[in-house]
Amino acid sequence: MGVGIQVDNLNAWYGSNHTLLDINLHIPANQATALIGPSGCGKSTFVRCLNRMHETNPVAKVTGSVRIGEIDIYADASPVEIRRRIGMVFQRPNPFPTMSIYDNVASGLKLNGFRNRRVTDEVVERSLQQAALWDEVKNDLKKKSGASLSGGQQQRLCIARALAVDPEVLLMDEPASALDPVSTAKIEDLIFQLKSQYTIVIVTHNMQQAARVAERTGFFLSGKLVEFDSTHKIFTNPGDKRTEDYITGRFG
Amino acid sequence: MTNSFRVSKANHLRRRLADHAASALAVAATIIVVAPLVAIFVYLLYKGASSLNLDFFTKIPKGPGETGGGMANAIWGSAILLGIGSLLGVPIGIAAGIFLAEYGRGSKLANIVRFTADVLNGVPSIVMGISVYSLIVLPQKHFSAFAGGVALGIMMIPTITRTTEEMLLMVPHAIREAALGLGVPNWRSVLSITLRTASPGVITGCMLAFARVAGETAPLLFTALGNQFWSSSLNEPIAALPLQIYTYAISPYDDWHRLAWAGALVLILLIMVSVSLVRYVTTRGVLKGAN
Amino acid sequence: MPGPFDTPDPVKQTPPALPPGQEPSAIRKFLLSRGSSALADRGFRWLMIGCALSIFAIVALIATELVMRSQLTIAKFGLKFFFGTAWDPVNGDFGALPFIYGTLVSSAVALVIAVPLAVGVSIFITEMCPKFLRGPLSFLTELLAAIPSVVYGLWAIFVLVPLLREHVNPVLMKLFGWSGLFVEPNFGIGMLAAGVILSIMILPVISSLTREVMTSVPHSQREAVLALGATRWEMIRMGVLRNARIGIVGSIILGLGRALGETMAVTMVIGNRPDIVKNLLAPGYSMASVIANEFSEASDDMYLSALIEIGLALFIVTIIVNALARLLVWAVTRGAPARVN
Repeated sequence: MGVGIQVDNLNAWYGSNHTLLDINLHIPANQATALIGPSGCGKSTFVRCLNRMHETNPVAKVTGSVRIGEIDIYADASPVEIRRRIGMVFQRPNPFPTMSIYDNVASGLKLNGFRNRRVTDEVVERSLQQAALWDEVKNDLKKKSGASLSGGQQQRLCIARALAVDPEVLLMDEPASALDPVSTAKIEDLIFQLKSQYTIVIVTHNMQQAARVAERTGFFLSGKLVEFDSTHKIFTNPGDKRTEDYITGRFG
Repeated sequence: MTNSFRVSKANHLRRRLADHAASALAVAATIIVVAPLVAIFVYLLYKGASSLNLDFFTKIPKGPGETGGGMANAIWGSAILLGIGSLLGVPIGIAAGIFLAEYGRGSKLANIVRFTADVLNGVPSIVMGISVYSLIVLPQKHFSAFAGGVALGIMMIPTITRTTEEMLLMVPHAIREAALGLGVPNWRSVLSITLRTASPGVITGCMLAFARVAGETAPLLFTALGNQFWSSSLNEPIAALPLQIYTYAISPYDDWHRLAWAGALVLILLIMVSVSLVRYVTTRGVLKGAN
Repeated sequence: MPGPFDTPDPVKQTPPALPPGQEPSAIRKFLLSRGSSALADRGFRWLMIGCALSIFAIVALIATELVMRSQLTIAKFGLKFFFGTAWDPVNGDFGALPFIYGTLVSSAVALVIAVPLAVGVSIFITEMCPKFLRGPLSFLTELLAAIPSVVYGLWAIFVLVPLLREHVNPVLMKLFGWSGLFVEPNFGIGMLAAGVILSIMILPVISSLTREVMTSVPHSQREAVLALGATRWEMIRMGVLRNARIGIVGSIILGLGRALGETMAVTMVIGNRPDIVKNLLAPGYSMASVIANEFSEASDDMYLSALIEIGLALFIVTIIVNALARLLVWAVTRGAPARVN
């Protein structure tokens, strides 16, 4: 079951570059929230702050607080513990090339020391089913490498991998941007199915996609959260001139 | 006008001649370089193959001037020396490579380590021999297989370190992020994901280092020393294929020369197989699966 | 799939209720029970740093060991050690000049032979040869690097030396005898044989790096020269060699570093006589070979110290030469990934 995310006064830097300015918002549980904005606006940095991936870059810095459920992720726990609660799907599919499909899905369990075979089998099957990939791969789970799948299948494999650790939040950083339209539609379908069970935060440069899958939408511009509201309101009656300019395409 | 035309025509001829001459010289140079290689191989095959027989692999050397005998103890000794060398060189080399690629990227310490690895790579093997002699043989007061293995192991480190670093750097960053995003601890991600993804290349580097020290003689002269008899003890002098080839090559006996050629052929085949494998793996793309 | 705007407005909707009795799954409980592994991470990191530092420690250990063990001769002879020509272990008089001379001369001979060949091969492989030959040819030159020193020595004793004695040296004596470089005695073994075998051994070092440097010259440089109507040779000379020359010098110095320290093959054919003579056909001795030959016979401490001091000199010289070479090669291929040669 998903939990809500409360973000207060979040600021982020890359070196001396101030990439996020004073972000405040509440992301509700068990819904999909879309983050849109032109490239370089800070939306990717923002999701990477939600599971402390931002810190993997040595010059990065963050201030402010992010509460996921009851936990203040910057005060109460280590990055490793946080990331086990939060699934992440990246822009380009990144299955582990040396692992079979099965091992890819089970990797979050195995690499964290989970040893129970029977449970792992169940989790792998359930996760692949949730990711709508089970029927396509069930016959060569351990024969084929994750890298041998098509791009769209690889991305669904990555979603299955993220779901296998039973996360409370699923972060998706432009999950369909590297995929063809058919695969994109499948991913969107999937998000639609999954959002009743997980809190989903999806970064996208595709406004139609945000409108199709998300209950709420946030618009980022130059590191600031310009507007955050119901998707319906953002796309039909935005409160800010800049949001309107962006969604009507009158924007660089 | 006419004048300048004539000049440029002569000039043109001269330039074309120079062009052809340069091409001819480059082709000639290539032939001269390939020639000794072919000569060495043909000679080695011809001399070595005619001297190879079962005795070579099963018997120990006969006394000076006697015919027959083999190099079984030297092959065994080389295996032991290379085993010790690999046990020492492979883990340290890989770990140092991991440090350079995963932890020290761009840091001063990494630059120092990289530079000392290059220095170590350039240390003449004979100097390595006397260093290990004074570090291990002198304090222990006897030559030993252990000392020889240590000398070979140290010589393996720089090659393994640099290839490991290079191969780890080729692993896409996205793969590391995927692992970290799952909450996998960093050490686990480095070993089970990054290193494993790069493993074909890393193994290649280890084999390259192995092949290189397999033929080393100079570092063994005052460490492993050589031995005409069977020995498996790490505390005693031990025979090694290159040492035996050396001893036999500079001996006055024809039959020993014959054995030296056979030994050289075996040594070369061992090295060639590793190097070709290396070539095969690297040209096929070490990280074919990764995008 | 719903249309763009018919997602229900969540503000007006109550959030979905938790299913009754929903508990964290077994997986979740397990993962929550795992610690932060900060300790393991730190331990692993320090282990890697330790191994990396051990490389530094090894080099430092080698250096101190060589300095300590050569104290006797350093104290007794000082710098004179490197200018003395006497090598008399019985009377304890040691001068390393004959070996330094032999090392320098054999390396110089090797460079004179190897450099033009290596540059020629590199030009042929990178600029001229058909694509299908490029791979096999560079593979062949790399194979030369994989042959062990002792096998080169074996081949040199039984093939190269007789070849030089019977066919090459007589011609050299007839043509260049006047120079004093090629005169009797013609044993076959000697400085020239050592130089020739060394040249074969350092060829792959020089040519592989030269190739790398030449390929790193940007294509635009070649095109700029070709656009002026240059022939191919002029393009290579002005567009490629001129831009790559620092790197090529670097690769030559790296080859020199290899030649200076080469032991077995040289020991087997140089003749092992500590004389300083102009004649390249006469036997000589090198720093590495005197260590190889006499180290295990060195009975007293002074003798051992003299040999170790030669090793120390070799160590220092190769470090300087290698550092210089790397610096030059880096200056040219800056940005290109490091390569193991």
